[in-house]
Amino acid sequence: MIKLKINGKPIEVKEGTTILEAAKKAKVKIPTLCKHEDLEASGGCGLCIVKVKGMPKMPRACTTEVTEGMEITTHDAELVNIRRTVLELIMSNHPKDCLVCARNQDCELQRLCAEFGIREDAFPSIVNRQPHKKDDSTGTITIDTSKCVLCGRCVQVCQKVQNVWALAFLKRGIKTELSPAGEINLQESPCVKCGQCSAHCPVGAIVEHDDTQKVWNALMDEKKYCVVQIAPAVRVAIGEAFGFPLGANLTGKLNAALYELGFKAVFDTNTSADVTIMEEASEFKHRLTHGGTLPLITSCCPAWVDYMEKYHGDIIDNFSSAKSPQEMMGALSKTYYAQKHNIDPKDIFMVSIMPCTAKKYEITRSDDMFSSGYQDIDVSITTRELARMLKQSGVNFKEIEERKGDDILADYSGAGTIFGATGGVMEAALRTAHYLITGKEAANLDFKEVRGLKGIKEAEIDVAGTKVKVAIAHGLANVGEVLAKIKKAKAEGKEPPYHFIEVMACEGGCVAGGGQPYGVTNELRKLRAKGLYDEDASMKVRCSHDNPAVQKIYKEFLGEPLGEKAHKLLHNHYKARASYKK
Amino acid sequence: MNNLVNEINDKFKKQYSKINNRIVICGGTGCIAGGSMQVYKAFQEEYKKRGLDYCVEITDSCREKSTYISKSGCQGFCAQGPLVSVGDIFYTKVKPEDVEEIVERTVLKGEVVERLLYTNPVDGEHCKTLKDIPFYKKQHRILLADCGKINPEDINEYIGHGGYFGLKKALEVGPEAVIAEMKQSGLRGRGGGGFPVWLKWDLTRKPQSKEKYMICNGDEGDPGAYMDRSLLEGNPHSVVEGMIIAGFAIGASRGLFYIRAEYPLAIERVQKAIDACYKTGLLGKNIMGSGFDYDLEIRYGAGAFVCGEETALIASIEGNRGTPRPKPPFPATKGLWGKPTAINNVETLANVPYIMTKGGKWYSEMGSGKSTGTKVFAMTGKAKNTGLIEVPMGITIREVVYDIGGGPLKGDEVKAVQTGGPSGGVIDPKHFDMPITYESLQEIGSIMGSGGLIVMDETDCMVDIAKFYLEFCVDESCGKCAPCRIGGYQLLSILNKITNGTAKEGDLDKLEQISKAMQKASLCALGQTAPNPVLSTIKFFRDEYEAHIKEKRCPTGKCTQLVSYSIGGGCIGCGACKRACPVGAISGEPRSKHSIDPKKCIKCGQCFNVCKFNAVKKG
Repeated sequence: MIKLKINGKPIEVKEGTTILEAAKKAKVKIPTLCKHEDLEASGGCGLCIVKVKGMPKMPRACTTEVTEGMEITTHDAELVNIRRTVLELIMSNHPKDCLVCARNQDCELQRLCAEFGIREDAFPSIVNRQPHKKDDSTGTITIDTSKCVLCGRCVQVCQKVQNVWALAFLKRGIKTELSPAGEINLQESPCVKCGQCSAHCPVGAIVEHDDTQKVWNALMDEKKYCVVQIAPAVRVAIGEAFGFPLGANLTGKLNAALYELGFKAVFDTNTSADVTIMEEASEFKHRLTHGGTLPLITSCCPAWVDYMEKYHGDIIDNFSSAKSPQEMMGALSKTYYAQKHNIDPKDIFMVSIMPCTAKKYEITRSDDMFSSGYQDIDVSITTRELARMLKQSGVNFKEIEERKGDDILADYSGAGTIFGATGGVMEAALRTAHYLITGKEAANLDFKEVRGLKGIKEAEIDVAGTKVKVAIAHGLANVGEVLAKIKKAKAEGKEPPYHFIEVMACEGGCVAGGGQPYGVTNELRKLRAKGLYDEDASMKVRCSHDNPAVQKIYKEFLGEPLGEKAHKLLHNHYKARASYKK
Repeated sequence: MNNLVNEINDKFKKQYSKINNRIVICGGTGCIAGGSMQVYKAFQEEYKKRGLDYCVEITDSCREKSTYISKSGCQGFCAQGPLVSVGDIFYTKVKPEDVEEIVERTVLKGEVVERLLYTNPVDGEHCKTLKDIPFYKKQHRILLADCGKINPEDINEYIGHGGYFGLKKALEVGPEAVIAEMKQSGLRGRGGGGFPVWLKWDLTRKPQSKEKYMICNGDEGDPGAYMDRSLLEGNPHSVVEGMIIAGFAIGASRGLFYIRAEYPLAIERVQKAIDACYKTGLLGKNIMGSGFDYDLEIRYGAGAFVCGEETALIASIEGNRGTPRPKPPFPATKGLWGKPTAINNVETLANVPYIMTKGGKWYSEMGSGKSTGTKVFAMTGKAKNTGLIEVPMGITIREVVYDIGGGPLKGDEVKAVQTGGPSGGVIDPKHFDMPITYESLQEIGSIMGSGGLIVMDETDCMVDIAKFYLEFCVDESCGKCAPCRIGGYQLLSILNKITNGTAKEGDLDKLEQISKAMQKASLCALGQTAPNPVLSTIKFFRDEYEAHIKEKRCPTGKCTQLVSYSIGGGCIGCGACKRACPVGAISGEPRSKHSIDPKKCIKCGQCFNVCKFNAVKKG
C-alpha cells in the first residue's frame, strides 16, 4: 500500500494506482474529458493536470501513478484557471449547435462547460476550418468529425479493444481528424458496426444512426400492423434514462409503454432466444455425435459475424448456421404469428429494440433476412433511441403499470433472458445441450464458470462422461487468441482445443452493447448483467427446451429443430468478405 | 580481448607515413551544394593530367610521396564554402577552375594563392591558415576537429586517428566503470533536455530485462540547425562508437539509429560505417573478443519534428503514429517494445568516445559549473560569419556572436539572439555577457536546445520572429493534446492579428493566458515550450508589441501590413512610382507631385524601391 496526501488529507491506495483513481477513492473529482474507465489513458485533453509537491511540471492525474509520500493538490485557483483556458480552447474548436445535437443534455463536454461556467467564446471559433463531414454510409452509426474533440477513445476502442482498425487519426496538428484510414467512408472500411465508438464518444461526434422517425411513421400508418420485440439487454439498461436503480429489470414496464406507444403486439426477443438455443443446441449435439466440424461457434452477434466474414473467412464452417434471436423473431412474426392471427404478413411492421447498432446492419445483411418473403425486421432501433421515443411519447415510464407481453411470442425461460450477458448464450446452450445429449436435465443449471467479465473464459463441462470444452470471448480483440488456438490445432492435425465457443463483440456482452445508454463501466456491466441473472435465478422455467411457448411453436408450426421449416426460416449462410471495399 | 584496433591503427599509420601531402576538400552538405565534389574531381584530374601520384584512400597501394586527396566532413565555415585545405593553407570559395592554379602554385611551389584566402572583414587581412580566421579562433573544436579532417567513409582512417580505442577501453573496464567515467565527465544530453548521460544509462542498466535497446536520436529538426547532420555525415564512426559503448553500458544487445529520411547522405555514411564495423569485427558477435554481442541498424524517420521527443520516436519506430505519450513511465523502464531503452542524441553520443579515451576528468575541466564540455551550435541569421561552431560551455553569448560571428550584418549592434530552436527563447543584449549553460539559458526563458543559434539585427521584427517560430510549432504539433493543438493555433491567430493591425488591447493578455495553459497542460515538451518565443519576446520587447497593437506600427517595417507609404517633399513628378504600382494606387500629373491612395495601396513597396529622389516615405 502507498501512503499519500490528497489536498492535505492522508489516504492509502494500492501500488500502481493513478492519481485520478486515488482522488476518486478520496471522493475528490478531477475533471477529465478524454479518459474513459474502459480504456488506457492517453493524456490528450490536459484537463486533469494536478500539482505534486516537488514536481516542477503539472502531471496528468490520469496517467501518473502515485508514489509513497506524494502530496497532491487537485484544485486551486491556478489549476482551475488553466483548466478553464484549456476548456475554452477545446470549445473554440467545437461547434456550439448543442440544441440540435444527439448528445444534448447527455454530453461530457457540455457538462464540463456548465460546471466551469463558460459564458462566452474566449477565443474565436475555428471549427469551420474543417469541412463539415458527416459519414452515415453504414446506416448504423453516424460520424460527424466536425464535433470530434480528438479524445481518441473511439480509435482506441476500435483498434485495441475490438481489433477492427476501422477508425484512425489522419493528418497532424490542427488538421488532425478522425476517419477510416485512407479517407474512405466507413462502409468501405473494415468497420463491423459494433458501435463501441459511439458508446465511448464523450460528445456527439459518433452517434447511432437515428431510425426513430421510421418507427413513428409506421405507427401513424393505419395500414401497418406494428409489432415490436425487446432484446434481453434492453430491459436492464433503459431504466438509466428514467432514474431507475442501475440494472433494474423493467420488462413489464417496457411491455406496457410499447403498447401505449401504439404497437399491436409486444414480443420478447428472450422467447426467440430460447428458439435459437433449440436450434443451436441441436446443431451442437449433431456435430458432437456425428463428427461434424468443431468447435461450434455462436453467431447471434452481428458485429462478430461481420468481423468473422472479413477477417476469418476460413472458419465459416465452424459457425452455427442458426440466425440471431432478433432475426428468428422477425421470421416467426411474419409467418407463425401472421398465420395465427390471420394477418397478411406484408402489413406487419416489425420493429426491434436492441442494445446494438450492428443489428441495424443485420436486418438486411443477406437474402436470408427475407425468409418470410418480406424483410423480416423492418426497423431496428437502439435502447438510446427507444429512451428518446418514450420521452417524446408522454408515457410516464416511471409510474406506468407493468403489463405482460404477447400471448404466444413473449413467454421465455431464464436461459433466454441471460442471452444479454457474456457467457449467457453458452450457459443457455449448455443447459439444453445437456438435456438433448443425455436426455436428462443437468444437475446444476448454474454454469458459473462461464459468467463474469474476464476477457476469455474457459470451462470443461461434464456431459454424460464427455468433457465438453468451451470458451467464451467478448471484446473482439480477445477472440484472436481463441481462434489462434483453434487454427494452430487444425494446422497441426490435432483435436480442436474446444468444442463450443461463444463470442460477443462488445466487452461484457450485449448489456454493454454499442446502442446502450452512455457511461458504461465494468461496475455498470456487472449491475446490468445481475439484472438478467437475478431474473433467471428467480424463474421456474430456466431451460429453453422447457419453455412451453417454445414447445408450442415447434408443435404447431416449426416441427423439429433443424427440420425443413426451421432450416428455411431460422438458419442462414455466411460468406467471406473483403475487409476494405472498393 | 584482442588487439584488433591497435593492429589497424599501426597499419594505417605505416601506410599514411608514405603520404607526402594532403588536400582536404570539404564534403559537408553545404560545400557539396556549393560544388565541392566537382572540385574534388578536378583535383584528381589535374593530378592525372600532370602525371602526379595521388590516392583517394589510404591503402597499401598508395605510392611513396604521393598526395592524399580526401573528402572530409563539415568543417563548419559553410558560408565560405567550398573549403579546401592544402596542408595548413586554407582556401575558401574554391571553384573547379581554381584547381589548376592551386596545384601549380601551392602544391608544387609552396606558394599561397592569396585571392582564395579568407579576408577578415574587420581589418581586411588575409588569413592563411584556419587558426588565423577569427571564426575559428575562439572555438574549441573536439568533435568538429576530426569531423573536418578525416575521411568519413574510411574506418581505417578513423581508427588511425585513435577511433574505437574508446570502445576498447570500455570493453576492458566494464559497464559500471563506463558509467562512472560518464558521471565524472558531467556529460549531459545535447538534444535539449540536458539530462545527465550517466544517470540515464544507469537507470536503463538497472532493470532486469532480457532485451534492452539503445537508440540514437538523429531526428534533428530545428529550423536552421544541422549539428547532428554534420556529425553523422562528417564523422559517422564517432557516433557509431558512442552507440556501441552506450549499448555496452546499459546492457543492450541491439541499437537503432533513428535518422530522418531527409538526411540521405547521413544515412548513407552511417550505413557504410555500420557495414565497415561488421566487416572489421566491431559489430556483431563477440566484439574484439570481449564476449559482447551487439547489432546496429538504421530506422528512417519521416521528418516529423515531434518524433525527436523520445516517446514519439519510440512510437514511430514501433510503426505507430508518431505521437508522444505521457511520462512516467520513462523509456528507461518501459521504452521500445516495452523494454528498457536509452535514447541519446547524436552529439551526445559523439562525445562518448572522446571521454572514454581522454577521461571524464579531462572533459569535466571544460565548461562551467554543471554544464561541462563543449557544445556545437549552428549559427545562422544576421551575423557576418555563420556556420557550424563548437565552443566550450560557459562561453558568453557576446563572444559567440561578436568574436566568432563577427557581429551583425547591418548596424553596430546585434538586436537579439535566439537559442534552442522553436522551443527556445529570444535573448536581448542585456544578457549577452551571461555564460551559456543549461541553467542560465533556462533562467532567462530560453533553453539550450539542440544547438540552433540565430542572430538578429535591427531589421528583425520581434513579433514577426515569434510568429515564425510559432508557425513552425503549429505545423509540427502532432495533434494529440488539446492545449498544444488548439492553443498553438489560437496563439498564432493572435500574432497574425498583431502583425496585420487588427489586434485589440487585451490580446497581449490572451497571448499570456494561452501560453500558460500550453506550458502547463501540454503533453510533451513541444507544446510546453512552443510559447517560449512568444513569451520571451514579450518579456524583452514588449514595446514592439505595443507599437504594433496600439499605434498599428511595426518599428522595423518588417510587418508589411502595418507600413504605410506616402509621397512627400522631393517628388519631381517623374512618374516612376506610378508606373511601378501594380494596383494603380498612385496618381499625379507629370512634373507635379504625385500622391498614393491608401485605400488602393497593397503595401508592396514597389514605389519606395523605384523612387530615386527619396520622396516615397515609409512609415
